[in-house]
Amino acid sequence: MSGSKAVRPYGDKKGDGAVQLSFTLPLPKSAVATEAAKRYVAKMGIREPYVTLAEAIAPDFTYFVIYGRATHDIDPSGITAEEAPAAALGREEIDAEIARRFGRRLVVLGCALESDAHTVGLDAIFNMKGFAGDYGLERYHGFDARNLGAQVAVTEVVRQVRETKADAVLVSATVTQNEIHIRHLTDLVDMLEAERLRDRVVLIAGGARVDHALAKELGYDAGFGPGTTASRVAAFLLDELTRRHGAAAARP
Amino acid sequence: MPAKLGLSAEQIERCRSLARRVADGVARETEQYTTVATERTVLRLLGVDGVDSDDVPIPNRVVGALQAAGRLPRGAAVWMGSALAEGARDASEAAALLSDSARAAALSEHPRWREAVAPLVERSLARIRNNRAERERRMAAHPAEELPLLYAIVATGNIHEDVVQADAAARAGAQCVAVIRSTAQSLLDHVPFGATTAGFGGTFATQENFRLMRAALDAIEPEIGRYVRLVNYCSGLCMPEIAAMGALERLDMMLNDALYGIIFRDINPLRTLIDQNFSRRINAVAGVVINTGEDNYLTTADAVEQAPAVLASQFINERLARDAGLEDWQIGLGHAFEIDPELEDGLLYEIAQAEAAREIFPNAPLKYMPPTKHMTGNVFRGYQQNALFALTSVATGQSIHLLGMLTEALHTPFLHDRWLAIEQAKTIRRNARHLGEEMTFRPDGRIVRRAREVLAGAEQILGRVAEHGLFAALADGVFADTRRRIDGGRGYDGVVRRDPAYANPFMEAWSQAPAGVGA
Repeated sequence: MSGSKAVRPYGDKKGDGAVQLSFTLPLPKSAVATEAAKRYVAKMGIREPYVTLAEAIAPDFTYFVIYGRATHDIDPSGITAEEAPAAALGREEIDAEIARRFGRRLVVLGCALESDAHTVGLDAIFNMKGFAGDYGLERYHGFDARNLGAQVAVTEVVRQVRETKADAVLVSATVTQNEIHIRHLTDLVDMLEAERLRDRVVLIAGGARVDHALAKELGYDAGFGPGTTASRVAAFLLDELTRRHGAAAARP
Repeated sequence: MPAKLGLSAEQIERCRSLARRVADGVARETEQYTTVATERTVLRLLGVDGVDSDDVPIPNRVVGALQAAGRLPRGAAVWMGSALAEGARDASEAAALLSDSARAAALSEHPRWREAVAPLVERSLARIRNNRAERERRMAAHPAEELPLLYAIVATGNIHEDVVQADAAARAGAQCVAVIRSTAQSLLDHVPFGATTAGFGGTFATQENFRLMRAALDAIEPEIGRYVRLVNYCSGLCMPEIAAMGALERLDMMLNDALYGIIFRDINPLRTLIDQNFSRRINAVAGVVINTGEDNYLTTADAVEQAPAVLASQFINERLARDAGLEDWQIGLGHAFEIDPELEDGLLYEIAQAEAAREIFPNAPLKYMPPTKHMTGNVFRGYQQNALFALTSVATGQSIHLLGMLTEALHTPFLHDRWLAIEQAKTIRRNARHLGEEMTFRPDGRIVRRAREVLAGAEQILGRVAEHGLFAALADGVFADTRRRIDGGRGYDGVVRRDPAYANPFMEAWSQAPAGVGA
């Protein structure tokens, strides 16, 4: 290992580089296929490949599970990674702070765009009941939370932003073929900008394959990945809207 | 399987009576209307197909022109028959004439329209009859199948790639293959045409895609010694059209649930319940098994709280299905394994609900859906949840088992995700084969108490729905806390009040013959 701070995957002793891989090769099961799989993982920098499963899952496809030892290491000391910031506040504190700082309910719209019919993530953040014991935005007094549901046209979201004077829009994006979700996400930003509404709303993207960096790249204010609870989103909204509305809103 | 939960037969009967009141109310409200989708279906069954130079399906063109000419309330068949009696040589010539609203308006009703259209009606009825007979012949040629049937999904967006995935799934042990539709399709007010190679989250349902997949599954039948059931979706704005296409191309199962479209896709309630009735008539004569969508209530709301709503909806769906001529073996009522795995005794509640569904609907091919809501991306935990799901499915005698994917919520299944799911379900099905027969439940125990609680809750909901009618209940947000008005939602402009002399020769043929006879 180069340098004292660099690390490798840990199996049962420091520095052993133990990894497990599973993948399918488009080859009929044979000794050649297994050897090909071993050489393939060797190219990935894995030593001592141990094929624990080679299964013909279809006439021309073999599924492998392989254990081995990674030769690469990584030094974490120079790495920075951004997470959507959020203070640790509970629902009641957030409600109280919204009342104190804004003196009104904040309008939050939620939707999945165009062809996206998935609502599980959206509902987890919005529904009264919430997710993993954390109540959804509809439960907060401080938010006028409106879940527009799935397959909402970009033009409809823009119309709703204007009509409801929304403070924030949460877009749930589920990965589909051809990266179509990316296009819909950027379409919304473009249309809000064209309608001069972009600066009036906090725009948040969420979903299984969304992270903060991707969301920022697409022109959103924040991105939340899997496992995000409503209270984390709520705390972020409070911070961000306070920041935007300046010290006036934040003054005790 | 003998009843183990000791549920009250009288209470179940009361639920069925309430469901009948609900269904009768729906029939009274809907019988005075037809819809654009229903009339397009009549046209398709008469042999009208294809698209024009703008890719608009000819059935849409004809219905649009008839509507513009004020002629749709009589029914599309009347005008097809009249055009034929006036000299059109075949269905496409008649359709070409009727696509022009001026010519459609100028055409008068021919006294012999029925005779003119009768050969086209009989040709379709015969094709559907033959498809049904062929399915029965093919199935009878193989040994009885192990239950629950393992149901796999393919969803590449490209029908030719779907064929590769379906072939692999069927060889690995899948007994039903469903081609997931492109997500926006339920909201399209037309059916796309031809083989398609691009879709979003799924593949467009088209008649040509149906034919290609049917041919692929038939091709491997001799090799694997099984008939593989093909599944698609007749829900959304084109419910009966897709049912007709499925009947013509020998699909075996159809997702078919108006309530799902109303609640989760905001489709107009009146429109879709009319369409559902015609689609179910078609499925009934085609020998298709329908799958209802109650599982969806559980993915969006809490699975413990919503269990009574699921059961209430199953009672209503059963009655609406029977009234459309479906026999019990064709009514695949849906439910799901969606309780939070962190909940203490959650598995016991799942067993209670699944066993209750089995005992209340003993002859229905229950469709059991896998965990999706509490799948987290931890694939190891996901595989474990799917194992509990499969064990519950086998132990409570479920009929159609939709395979849970360990990568649910992450991506469309990889080839090996599906293989792992099939292996898991096969192992558990074999390993726990007679577990259900060995199980009894403590008469005062948690499982029995839970099942009784769910049944009592369902009776309450049904009482409320029966009192005010289904449309009022939908407007009131009884299902999944979502309010849907009778005059709101997508597709309401496609509801057409019938002329007193409205005619639909297919509906007439199927309403007269008891289901399964002469079909």
